[in-house]
Amino acid sequence: MSERLLEVEDLFVEFRTRDGIAKVLNGVTYHVNAGETLAVLGESGSGKSVTAQAIMGILDVPPAVVTGGEIRYHGENLLAVNEERRNEVRAEGIAMVFQDALSALNPVYTVGFQIEEQLRVRLGMSRKDSRARTIELLDLVRIPNAARRVRQYPHEFSGGMRQRAMIAMSLALDPEMLIADEPTTALDVTVQAQIMDLLKEIQVERQMGLVLITHDLGVVAEVADRIAVMYAGRIVEHADAASLYRNPGHPYTAALMDSLPRLDQKGTTLNTIKGLPPSLLNIPPGCPFHPRCSMATDRCTAEVPSDHGLGFGRTSKCHFAEELVSRV
Amino acid sequence: MSDPTTAAAGTATDAAAYVTAPEHVTSGPGKPRSLWSDAWRDLRHRPLFLIAGAIIVLLVVIALFPGLFTSADPIHKDLDHFREGPSADAWFGYDGQGRDVFARVVHGTRWTLLVGVAATVLTVLVGGLFGILAGYVGGWLDALISRVGEVFFGLPFVLGAVVILNLVRNAEIRGALPIVFAVVASIAALSWPVAMRIMRSAAIAAKQQDYVRAARGLGASPARVIFRHLLPNCLAPVLVYGTIALGAFISAEATLSFLGIGLRDPVVSWGVMISDARTYIRIAPHMLLFPAGFLAVTVLAFVMLGDAIREALDPKLR
Amino acid sequence: MGRYVLRRLLQLVPVFVGTTFLIYILVWAVPGNPFTGMCGERPCPPEFVAAMTEKYNLDDSVVVQYLKYMGTLLSGDFGQTYAEQPVSELISNAAPVSLRLALVAVVIEAIIGITAGVLTGLRGRGFLDNLVLVSTLVLIAIPTFVIGFVAQIVLGFQLEILNPTVSSDATWGELIVPGFVLGSLSMAYVSRLTRTSIAENKRADYMRTALAKGQPKRRIVGVHLLRNSAIPVITFLGTDIGNLMGGAIVTEGIFDIHGVGRLVYDGILDKQGAIVVGVVVVLVVVFLLVNLFIDLLYAVIDPRIRYE
Repeated sequence: MSERLLEVEDLFVEFRTRDGIAKVLNGVTYHVNAGETLAVLGESGSGKSVTAQAIMGILDVPPAVVTGGEIRYHGENLLAVNEERRNEVRAEGIAMVFQDALSALNPVYTVGFQIEEQLRVRLGMSRKDSRARTIELLDLVRIPNAARRVRQYPHEFSGGMRQRAMIAMSLALDPEMLIADEPTTALDVTVQAQIMDLLKEIQVERQMGLVLITHDLGVVAEVADRIAVMYAGRIVEHADAASLYRNPGHPYTAALMDSLPRLDQKGTTLNTIKGLPPSLLNIPPGCPFHPRCSMATDRCTAEVPSDHGLGFGRTSKCHFAEELVSRV
Repeated sequence: MSDPTTAAAGTATDAAAYVTAPEHVTSGPGKPRSLWSDAWRDLRHRPLFLIAGAIIVLLVVIALFPGLFTSADPIHKDLDHFREGPSADAWFGYDGQGRDVFARVVHGTRWTLLVGVAATVLTVLVGGLFGILAGYVGGWLDALISRVGEVFFGLPFVLGAVVILNLVRNAEIRGALPIVFAVVASIAALSWPVAMRIMRSAAIAAKQQDYVRAARGLGASPARVIFRHLLPNCLAPVLVYGTIALGAFISAEATLSFLGIGLRDPVVSWGVMISDARTYIRIAPHMLLFPAGFLAVTVLAFVMLGDAIREALDPKLR
Repeated sequence: MGRYVLRRLLQLVPVFVGTTFLIYILVWAVPGNPFTGMCGERPCPPEFVAAMTEKYNLDDSVVVQYLKYMGTLLSGDFGQTYAEQPVSELISNAAPVSLRLALVAVVIEAIIGITAGVLTGLRGRGFLDNLVLVSTLVLIAIPTFVIGFVAQIVLGFQLEILNPTVSSDATWGELIVPGFVLGSLSMAYVSRLTRTSIAENKRADYMRTALAKGQPKRRIVGVHLLRNSAIPVITFLGTDIGNLMGGAIVTEGIFDIHGVGRLVYDGILDKQGAIVVGVVVVLVVVFLLVNLFIDLLYAVIDPRIRYE
């Protein structure tokens, strides 16, 4: 039984803005075990990145405020510890990789400098040792000519290589867990596949826990063990990858799958999900998805659905979850 | 050195940023809001804007209707009251030639503001025109205009102004209006490169926008593209610059008058008054303090206004 | 890199020519008698006029005059005043003083301005922020000469802390207050520019990455934030040196500093064309070279800028 590394329980986060209070996270619960990949799937504004930032403790506070819940790392509630302990966990326990490596890396320092500073400042390594180790890390992520690349600046790398460099940086302190926030969104399709392969390989080798945040169903299919689908700041469905694809248990997931263009549908109109995600300043009552749901009834406008267990650890927040799943 | 070119450096928000920000924002249910109506809504709530605006309105009223505020004659000399301090009859006292300081300050408002406004308008028009041309047409025209701009830019403001105005003095031009015009023209001549650069960088950024390319692709004439598509987008940074420059130019006029080459009798401006008061500072400070105080408050008001406008229009704060 | 420098130097030439030619025209080639007032109340004797015309090539066309003037200039000869003093001597006496003044001003404005800007940029809204904003606004609003006067009166005459005027030695110490006055406007801009730069860069993605890396806060600000924020500020400070050298006429006047500002101002009023053009030539050269230097410095600070 693999070790449970991270547990997010019932997390609530609000953003205090000039126009009102945005309820960004409304009871998010998920967990990650060592050696497995959890994909967090959702549209922009669903709260997937905010959850990750809350885990890392890098939310902009204010305007963000954590109003409830726990984030447990090896059982320790990170929201209840002091900043020093929080900082220890960063990059050493849980590391994070961001979407756009060009803006996520500091443009005025070399890539080598930015990786080495982890080793020198946090591990106290010497300059020589940290340089050698940095080159090893760049080799690990398959950046050719690592010894030369170490002295180059982020803008001198191609998109894919930059992302690899960022991954190398995140591995510098041998973290147990990696959160990748849309790591391939800014890249070409072929490069996307390479990066995903790389992540998977690293994960298996180190038996790391991996949280993969994305909006792209296609990317997720190969890599994820479990998938958590987010909408309006809550996890609306949670299942193992195979079951989710075969048999979605929530209308939103079903609609997402439906909207993927497929070769055998050539010549027909693309399916879309009508409407827009709700404004988090003003979430609809009842089930937040009901304005866009083809199955919505009166009950859906009044009653917020709770988790319906669908067996084998599957859950879905829909009043009609069981019906949906039993359709073939 | 109240150098208006430094004033512009202070407004050096990236002109391009104003252009590439979404002009029309639809937020939530309701009508689409434009950059300008958003900015106006924002400004209405800012105390800085309201205070500055109130001061400026007051000053404009004083400039237009000085008679409402004083009945004394600003050029009447009464040597009986030579350098008297403030009293119930003359709130600001009298100057070295027995003239009522309060009356002079009140009447001086008109010329001071006039010079500032005229210089700003001229600078913005000339600089803006060249800037848009340089930015839109590009190529050799851009190179030419930029080089010419650099030539003027290389001249330190005070130095250049002294040379030009000294010429004017030697040419023995008399009369209020020509002198004012000379001062206005020399300020504009030395400051237009800054306005040109701002407009140019905004025009270049705007030129690359998709909707401009679309317009050109549809065969719109250059004039139409410039007036209909480029100009509205380049207004924001120029507006910010103009407001702050106004304050800087008023300050510059005072400096030039102080040096003795700006406005002079019979024109009354605060700069002239400060210049006159120079020799009497230690014995009759009131002659200097009142016009200097008005000057400082006026420039402050314009700079505050420009600041508030800039923050309201700043696309990064959207 | 070498080719870039060469190209830029070549680009500077037309600007140099343009500016100096412009000044030359304004000084020498205007209608009216350049010698009015030189000989006192009476008009000058014809021999004097003839000799001066000969000496200053006033019979030639403007362009030729200018070229002849530039020719002698390039051999180091700045010509002479009407009283037959070598202009180059006057300039070389005055220039170091102005340079010292400008340096003092830049150092003061950099230290105070950057410190204020960093503190307020990091901390955001609050008492200190408002204080700095208000005081910078005030410094911007009050013309330099008023600040100079007030400083001179209060510190020099009333409190008698300092000499109201600067001696002809113009030592570094004496130049502190005038330097402060000269740099006051720029100081306000430096602090605002720093503040804005820091406030903007504070939100940058790479800052978030540095946080996620678990780097210590002090290092995140001192290493990651500062260098990125410094770029526009250093550019401004650099060009300011050039500006201040040429723009110190007012300050030099108030504190009686014998720098190039005074020299050229007196030269204008006395109609000593050779002095005026000579000083402007020097100032323009300094200005252009400093700008070029800043351009190159930019490439050092910001590795994204590299010149082939």
